Amino acid sequence: MPIHIYAGHSVVLDEDGYFTEPERWTEEMAPYLAAAEGITELTADHWQVIKVMRAEYHAKGSGPAVRALAKISGVPVKELYRLFPKGPAKVAAKIAGIPKPHSCI
Amino acid sequence: MKRNRIVILGGGTGGTLMANRLRRAYGWHEAQIVVVDRDDDHLYQPGLLFVPFGMAQIEDLVRPRAGQLRAGIDYRRQEATRVDTDTRTVYFADGTILHYDVLVIASGARLLPAATEGLTEAGPQERVFTFYTPEGAAGLRQALERFEGGRIVVNPVDLPVKCPVAPLEFCFLADAYFRGRHLRDRVRITYVTPLDAAFTRPVAAKALAGLLADKHIELVTDFATGEVDGAGGRLISYDGREERFDLAVVVPAHGGAAYVDRSPGLGDELGFVQVDRHTLQAKAAPEIFAIGDATDVPTSKAGSVAHFEGEAVVRNIRRFLAGQPLDGSFDGHANCFVETGFGKGLLIDFNYDTEPLPGHYPGPLGLPLLKESRLSHLGKRAFAWLYWHRVLPGRELPGITARMPRRGKAEPTQPRRP
Ligand SMILES: Cc1cc2nc3c(=O)[nH]c(=O)nc-3n(C[C@H](O)[C@H](O)[C@H](O)COP(=O)(O)OP(=O)(O)OC[C@H]3O[C@@H](n4cnc5c(N)ncnc54)[C@H](O)[C@@H]3O)c2cc1C
Repeated sequence: MPIHIYAGHSVVLDEDGYFTEPERWTEEMAPYLAAAEGITELTADHWQVIKVMRAEYHAKGSGPAVRALAKISGVPVKELYRLFPKGPAKVAAKIAGIPKPHSCI
Repeated sequence: MKRNRIVILGGGTGGTLMANRLRRAYGWHEAQIVVVDRDDDHLYQPGLLFVPFGMAQIEDLVRPRAGQLRAGIDYRRQEATRVDTDTRTVYFADGTILHYDVLVIASGARLLPAATEGLTEAGPQERVFTFYTPEGAAGLRQALERFEGGRIVVNPVDLPVKCPVAPLEFCFLADAYFRGRHLRDRVRITYVTPLDAAFTRPVAAKALAGLLADKHIELVTDFATGEVDGAGGRLISYDGREERFDLAVVVPAHGGAAYVDRSPGLGDELGFVQVDRHTLQAKAAPEIFAIGDATDVPTSKAGSVAHFEGEAVVRNIRRFLAGQPLDGSFDGHANCFVETGFGKGLLIDFNYDTEPLPGHYPGPLGLPLLKESRLSHLGKRAFAWLYWHRVLPGRELPGITARMPRRGKAEPTQPRRP
C-alpha cells in the first residue's frame, strides 16, 4: 500500500486513497490532503464538516453518508457539494483521515 | 407470574411474523400481544416489481392485515406518533396511549420524495414514476404501455432503499418487455446509481454489471441526484451533471417512520432505529427491539432479512423477560432472488461479513448463486406463496436457515482486505 508524506509525517493510504490508520492524522495534514482533492482553501465550513466526520468515525466506526452528514453537521446537501464538489462523504473522509464510509448494502 | 404486554408497531412483514411467532412462544396467561398498524391492507411488496409489466395485479398483492394474525393477537388500527422510552408508553394520533413491557418496532421504511427537489411537484407526473408504491406501479404500467421509444432512466436517488436489487431487476424486465413488443431498438435504458458500481459489493457488482452490458443497458455511476426535472426531462446531480430522459423510474430516498424521529434517542439521523446488530435490541432501552426495514443494521432491507431476524428477536425477547443474557447470533443474513427477465433469475446470499459470492445455495447441490438460472426465477415467483403461508405465519422455510451457510460458496482466493 502506498506511503505518502503530508506535513512531514508519513501515512499509509489504501488503494482508494483513504487512511488506514486514522490515529496518525493531524490537523496540519488536512490542507495537503484537500489540495490532492482539488480543494485549494479550507474554510470554516469545510472544517465543521471535517470535524463531524472524525467525531462520527470515533463514535460509530464509520463516517456518515451524505444525507446523514447533512443532518448531523447542519450543512444542507447542496452546500456540502459546493464545499466538496467531488462527493462530500468520500472527499471529506479522505481529508479527515478516516476510512472510506461504509455504504449500506 | 405477571402477564406481560408486548406491543408491536407495524403489521407488515416483520410485525406480522413476530406476532405469530410470539403467540406460539407464549401462552395467553403469559403475554398479551398487540399489533398496531395505521391501515388494514397488507401488501406483498416484492410483487410491485411485476405490476408495471402486466405480470401482476395490485389487487392480487393485498390481503387484510388481521387475517394474517393468529387467534389471540390483538390488532389495532392506529398511527403511532411518539414513543416515550422512560415511561414505556406509545402515543397515537387519536390521542390514546398504550403502555408496554416489551416494544417491537416493525414500522418499516418510509419513502421520502420531498428529500429530492422536483419529486413532489404538484400535479400528477407525466414522465416520472416510482414502482415502490401501488399507485406508482399502476401508473407506470400505463406509462410503459404508451411508451413507443426514447430514453428510460432508472434511478435509486440515495441509499438505503428497500430491496436494493429491485431497481436493477426493473431494468432487466424492461429490456425483456420492450423486446417482447419489438421496440427494444427504439428504447434506450440507463441505470443511474449513486454508487460507484452496479452494486455495493465487488463480486456481485461485477456479475450484475456484466448482465447489464449483455442486455445493452447503460450504467451511469456516482450520480447523486439533486433534482428531478420532470417537465424538462432531466435528472440533475448535485455536482451539476445531467441525464436526459423521456421516462424516469425513480426510487425516492428512504427514512424510518416519522414517530421514531419524534422519540429522542431511538433513531439515527435517517430515523432508523439504532440496535445492536447481533441481538437487535435497541440502544435506547433494553425492552425495545426492532426488526426489518426499521433497523439501522448494515444489511439489505429485505423481507428475507426480516424473516431471519424474527427467529433472533423472539429468542431474545424470551431471554430478556426471563432475565437471561441475550443471544448475539444474528449474522445479517440476506437472501435475494434477482429477476433477470426471459424466465430467468439469479440468487444472491450474503451477511455482514461475507459479500455475495458465486457457488451454490444452500450447499453444493443447491441453486446456483450469482448466475442466471430458470430455477431462481421459479424461486422468486414461488416466493409469493411462501410469503403468505410460511413467512408471515412465522414458520421455517424449506432448506433455509437463519444463519448464512458457508458450504457451497466459492470463497475469494485473494486474502480479504482488512
Ligand atoms: C418494489 C419492492 C420489491 C421488493 N422485493 C423484495 C424481494 O424480492 N425480496 C425481499 O426479501 N424483499 C423485497 N422487498 C422488501 C420487503 O418488502 C421489505 O423489506 C419488507 O416488507 C420489510 O418488512 P417490515 O416489516 O420491516 O416493513 P413493512 O412490511 O413495510 O411494514 C411496516 C408497517 O408499519 C406500518 N407503519 C409505519 N408507520 C406506522 C405508524 N406510525 N403507526 C402504525 N403503523 C405504522 C406500515 O403501515 C406497514 O404496514 C421489496 C420491496 C419493494 C418496495
